[in-house]
Amino acid sequence: MAVEILKEKYRSKVGEVTLGATKDDGGTRSHTITVGGESALPFLHFEGEVPNRPVVALEVWDMAPEDWDPLFEKFYGDVWDDPGKWAKKCVDEYGADLIQIRLKGADPDLKDASPEDCVEAVKKVLEAVGVPVIVVGCGKSEKDAKIYGPVAEAAAGENLLLGVAELEDYKAVTSACMANSHLVIAQSPIDINICKQLNILIAEMSTAMANRIIIDPTIAALGYGIEYSYSIMERARNGALQGDKMLAMPMIGNVGLEVWRTKEANTPEDEEPGWGEQEERGMLWEATTAMAYLQSGINIMVLRHPDALKIIKGNIDDLMQDNSY
Amino acid sequence: MGLTGLEIYKHLPKTNCKDCGSPTCLAFAMALASGKASLDACPHVTDEAKEALDSASAPPIKLVKVGTGDHVVELGEETEIFRHDKRFFHPTGVAVLISDTEDVAAKAEAFEGLEFHRVGMDFVTDMVAVQCDSGDAAKFKEAVETVAGKTEKAMVLITEDPAAMEAALEVVADRKPLVCAATADNFEKMTELAKGKECPLVVRGKDINETAELVGKVEGLGHKDLVLDSGARETSKVLADLTQFRRLAVKKKFRPFGYPAIAFTTKEDPREEVVQAGVYMSKYADVVVLKACEKQQLLPLLSWRLNLYTDPQKPIAVEAKLYDVGEPTDDSPVYLTTNFSLTYFIVEGEVESSRIPSRILSVDTGGVSVLTAYADNKFSAETITEAIKGCGLEDKVKHRKVVIPGHVAVLKGALEEESGWEVIVGPREASGITKFAKDNFA
Repeated sequence: MAVEILKEKYRSKVGEVTLGATKDDGGTRSHTITVGGESALPFLHFEGEVPNRPVVALEVWDMAPEDWDPLFEKFYGDVWDDPGKWAKKCVDEYGADLIQIRLKGADPDLKDASPEDCVEAVKKVLEAVGVPVIVVGCGKSEKDAKIYGPVAEAAAGENLLLGVAELEDYKAVTSACMANSHLVIAQSPIDINICKQLNILIAEMSTAMANRIIIDPTIAALGYGIEYSYSIMERARNGALQGDKMLAMPMIGNVGLEVWRTKEANTPEDEEPGWGEQEERGMLWEATTAMAYLQSGINIMVLRHPDALKIIKGNIDDLMQDNSY
Repeated sequence: MGLTGLEIYKHLPKTNCKDCGSPTCLAFAMALASGKASLDACPHVTDEAKEALDSASAPPIKLVKVGTGDHVVELGEETEIFRHDKRFFHPTGVAVLISDTEDVAAKAEAFEGLEFHRVGMDFVTDMVAVQCDSGDAAKFKEAVETVAGKTEKAMVLITEDPAAMEAALEVVADRKPLVCAATADNFEKMTELAKGKECPLVVRGKDINETAELVGKVEGLGHKDLVLDSGARETSKVLADLTQFRRLAVKKKFRPFGYPAIAFTTKEDPREEVVQAGVYMSKYADVVVLKACEKQQLLPLLSWRLNLYTDPQKPIAVEAKLYDVGEPTDDSPVYLTTNFSLTYFIVEGEVESSRIPSRILSVDTGGVSVLTAYADNKFSAETITEAIKGCGLEDKVKHRKVVIPGHVAVLKGALEEESGWEVIVGPREASGITKFAKDNFA
C-alpha cells in the first residue's frame, strides 16, 4: 500500500542571516556562518528545504566566573582569566561553531569594567579565533548602553551578532549595529506579541535592520518553564512559514546560562542521592534542553558544558540527514 | 470528536421535540459537538445515524492499554500536532530495555529502583522491555519470568520469533504485555498469539507503506489493539515517520495509522541515547524503548515528558507554602510571590543567585501569575495576610518585614494595615531581585 505522504505547503520561509565577515567583506573571520532559510518545520526535509544546520556556540566571559559550578574549572580554569585563550580553547579543543562573549565584568555590581575594557576583551576573542562572534552585554541596560557603541565601532566590519535589544531598551544597541553594520539580538520575554512588536520597532529604525535580526524568544531550562518557550518558538516558526515577516527571523537561545542556574544541574549527588551523579545529570539537563529547542526550531544555541556541545552536534548531524520519501 | 455541530445536526431527527432536554435539535447538536451532551439523551435517533456519528466521532488515534492493575500505561488517543493547539494527553511510555543475554535480575532490580522526587512530584519509568537476543526461547522465557518477578510495571516483550514469544506469554500473558512485533513474515502467528491472550501488538513494517499494509492484514485477522513501528531506526527517518503517523491519523483520519506508535533508540552511549529518545518523545512517539538505566540519565528525560505533556491552558502550580532558599535564620528576608510555578521558579532562581539565605512565601493564587492574581483578587491584602498567618512565618523570623513584587506596590498600605507587617516594595521583575537583595539585605 502506497501511503500518501502529508506534506504541509507553506507560503514563506525563515529569513537567512549570515554571521561574521571574511577579509573580502571587510572582516577578519576565517569563515562565515549562515543560519535560517528553512521552508519546513524542524528537520522535516521531506516537505521543504533545511539549507543551513543549526549551530552551537560556547559561552566565554570577560572575567573568571565566580558563580559557575566548580565542575567547570577542569574545562576552563586554565583559560578563564583571558577571554582570548578561553575562546580559542572552546573552538580548537571543544569544537564550538562560534563564540559568545558575555561582558559580565561590566556589571556595576561585579567588576564595573569600562567600555574600553570591554572593547579589549572583544578584540582578544576576535584575534584568538576565526569563527563568527556573538557579543552580549552584562544585562544592566544603563551600563550596556555605554558599551554597545564602542564595541560595535571597534569591531566594525566583523558582522558581529550584538545584543540584547529589548522592548524598553532597543535603540542604543540597534543604533550601534546600524552604524557599524552588525546584527542584533531582539529579546522578548516568552511572548510572541512582544517579539513581533520589537522586530517591527527595530525595522522602523532602519528597513535594512529587518534582515539583520536574530530573535531571542527567552528560553527557560528544562523543568523551569521550558514548555512555554518551546510552544512560543513552535508558534513563531509556524507564523514565519505562513508568511509573517516579522516572525521570520532565525532564533537564538542561551541554554547553558539557564540550565546551569537550576538546582538539578548544580546539586551534588550527596545532597540529592535520588537524582544520580551530578555532572552527567547537569550535562544531560543541558543537552536535553537543547534537544527540545532544536525540535521547536532554534537556529543558534549557546551552551556551556563541552560534552553537551558534542552530543548536541551529533544530534544535529543525525537530524540533518535527508528524510525525503 | 472532530465533528462540528452542523455535521451532527444532519443526522438528528430535526423535530425539536425537547425530549433530550435541549430546546432544539440544533442546540443539542452543538452540545454534542462540544462534548457537553451524550447522544444517548436522544431517544429518537436512528441506528444508522448512531453508527455514522459513532464512527465519525471515534478518536483519530485509538487508546491502547499495556499492563494491569495500578501499572496500566495508556497510549494514544492523541488529537493534536502541536501542544499549543490544545494539549497532548497520554505521556510517552518510557521503557527500559533488558536483554536476555545480560544480568537480567540485576538490571531489573536497578530498573525497579528508579524513582525520582522533584518539584514536589514523583517521577517513574513506567515500562520495562525484555528483548530476546539469545535466539533461545527457553532463555527468553526465563528472562521474562525473572523480570516479572522483580517488577509489576507494564512489560514489552521483544522478539520476532513466534516460538520465543509463545514461551514468554505462557508466563506473563495475564500481565497484558505489549507483544513486539508482528512483521510481514510472522504476522499470522503473532496476531494469533496476541489476540488469543488479549495483549496489544506492535505491527512492524519495513517502511510506512508496508506498515500500513500490515495493519490492514492484522485487523483482518480480528486484532485491533495495535501499536505502530515503521521499522526505521535512523533518527531523522524515525522523526519523519512518526510525524507522518500523527499527521495522517489526525488530519486525514487515515485509519491504518490510527494507533499509537513506538520508537527504539540505537545509540550505544547512554547520553546520546537520552537525547535521541528525547527527539522521539517530542515528536509523537507513544512509547520509547531505551537501554539507559541510570538516574541521572532518566531524570532529564522524564522531566521533559512532564513538561511536554502539561496542559498549556492550565497553569501549573507549586505547593503554596513557605520555602527556604539556602539556610535562612530568624533574621533572613522574606519574599512574597504567587504559586504559579513559572513565577515561583524564576523568583527562586534570582533569590538563590543573590546568595543571601531567604524565605519565599508562595501564596495560593490558583496557579496564576502576580498581575493576573491581583486583578482577580487572589493576591490581595486578605489572601496574603492569611498566608502569612497560616504558614508559621511568625515563629520563624524575629522581624516583621515582607518583600512584595513591584507590580503590586499598590498593595503596600492595605497589606500593612491588614497584616501588621512592614511591607517593602521589591523590583517589578524578578531579574532585579539579586541587586535588590544586595542593596537591602547584604
